[in-house]
Amino acid sequence: MPAPTLTAQLLNGFAAGLLLISFSMLSQRRTRALITLFAWQGAILFASTSLVAYSAGLRHLWYSAALTLVLKVFLLPFILLRLVRRLEAQWDTETLLNIPTTMLLGVGLVIFAFGLAQPISALATTITRNTLGIALAIILLAFLMMITRRKAVTQVVGFLAMENGLFFAATSATYGMPMVVELGIALDVLVGVLILGIFFFQIREQFESLDLHHLETLKED
Amino acid sequence: MSSLGVARQVGAVLLAIALAPLFMGWIAQCRAWLQNRSAPPLFLPWRMLRKLFWKDAALAEHASALFRATPYVLFGTMVLAAAIIPSVVLDLPFVLVADAIALVGLFATARVFIALAAMDIGTAFGTLGARREMMIGFLAEPALLMVFFNAFLISGSTALPTIAARLAAPPFVIYPSLAFAGIAFVMVLLAENARIPIDNPATHLELTMIHEAMVLEYSARHLALVEWASALKLFNYACIGFALFVPWGLASQHASPGTLLLAVVALVLKLALAGAALAVVETVSAKLRIFRAPEFLAMAFLLAVLGLLVHLLLGA
Repeated sequence: MPAPTLTAQLLNGFAAGLLLISFSMLSQRRTRALITLFAWQGAILFASTSLVAYSAGLRHLWYSAALTLVLKVFLLPFILLRLVRRLEAQWDTETLLNIPTTMLLGVGLVIFAFGLAQPISALATTITRNTLGIALAIILLAFLMMITRRKAVTQVVGFLAMENGLFFAATSATYGMPMVVELGIALDVLVGVLILGIFFFQIREQFESLDLHHLETLKED
Repeated sequence: MSSLGVARQVGAVLLAIALAPLFMGWIAQCRAWLQNRSAPPLFLPWRMLRKLFWKDAALAEHASALFRATPYVLFGTMVLAAAIIPSVVLDLPFVLVADAIALVGLFATARVFIALAAMDIGTAFGTLGARREMMIGFLAEPALLMVFFNAFLISGSTALPTIAARLAAPPFVIYPSLAFAGIAFVMVLLAENARIPIDNPATHLELTMIHEAMVLEYSARHLALVEWASALKLFNYACIGFALFVPWGLASQHASPGTLLLAVVALVLKLALAGAALAVVETVSAKLRIFRAPEFLAMAFLLAVLGLLVHLLLGA
């Protein structure tokens, strides 16, 4: 097997870094650290997108890389951190399952994602084809995080991490989506976080806690 | 087996024995600097050893032969491990005899002996420490093996020198799986050597200590050998880390004295950097509750497994 090019190696390295951060997010108990990890995930995503843009010579990918940098590395973590501070929700988050079980489930999901991606990436011709499995794994891990967390803020971070995974899948499978779609998604995420921020306050006002457990019953009889 | 090879083997082992306490001293110094304390001298561990060797040993009344033999067994296994691990020269006679799995077995032997010796006296603290040590050991060992398997898969060999040579050979290739393995390895290193997230090497608070609790009954030359062995263990782990993750700068068996000297300088540099990094890790992290240790080590194990998966997926 010939040694892959340096670009491909770097991309594989970035993909592995993203997966690593997904796992640390899964095992992280503190909300603030979780948001910092999310910012790092955005930073690696920015690096890998720029690398793909550079190596494939695609102009629109540069734009989406810049968008990633502004939104996911600086703006969203900033908004979330401010929210967490104002909601005083920096304490340890409670998980439904204990952390080692969650991690084991996570490894299972990674195996599943890798198995799923194998036949697809065998057909692909892009430089990033190997990383599709990792992108799928990141999406599933973020999903798992949303399922196993109780607090509203961590669920939103999970949602954003899932969006990161989708973005990475898009760059690795097809060199990114059309510009309009990407802009739309970026704005959606931003507006989503703003609206959810308002929701947090409403939820807390109503139930005096951010535990989404309370939302399961419709009425208090 | 050439006489030159044997001479260099002996030299490498003596170097390891001499450098190990200094490495401990260096870490303690870095930690003190980071914590704004005035640092203890670099040679403090050496002076400590000399002081302990001058003292008369006191043994508990009911101590068996096992208790007296254990320090020598510990020291012996760690010296043997230092001979197996390629720290300066790649293909020394001893290095070629045993592979990485035998090395894990060697560490396990040392652990069993110290746990038995701790329980031998029958004090509560010894038993407590031994139990904790075995708990951490049985969780750390599979993680360490998984880290090794990552390197085995890449290099197609279980011998440390072959792995190091294969990884150091140009062209330079980025192995994402080794990044996972590297983090897992650091976690195992911290746990196995009684460093901060798991155990505090500086504490004498009974309820939290692990390693200290086991060696409470040892004094004088026995204690000196036990301490020296634990310094050697840390040194050995550091050298395993260098062989797996920064394998550059090792000399081959028939290298000229100049190249050899360069390899020694490279080793000292790597140790200095690793010691400083270890001190940073220990300063920024807080000691975990003992019941969080399984979680910490499970994480190390899973990271190593993830490394294997990533290797299989990316083929690199």
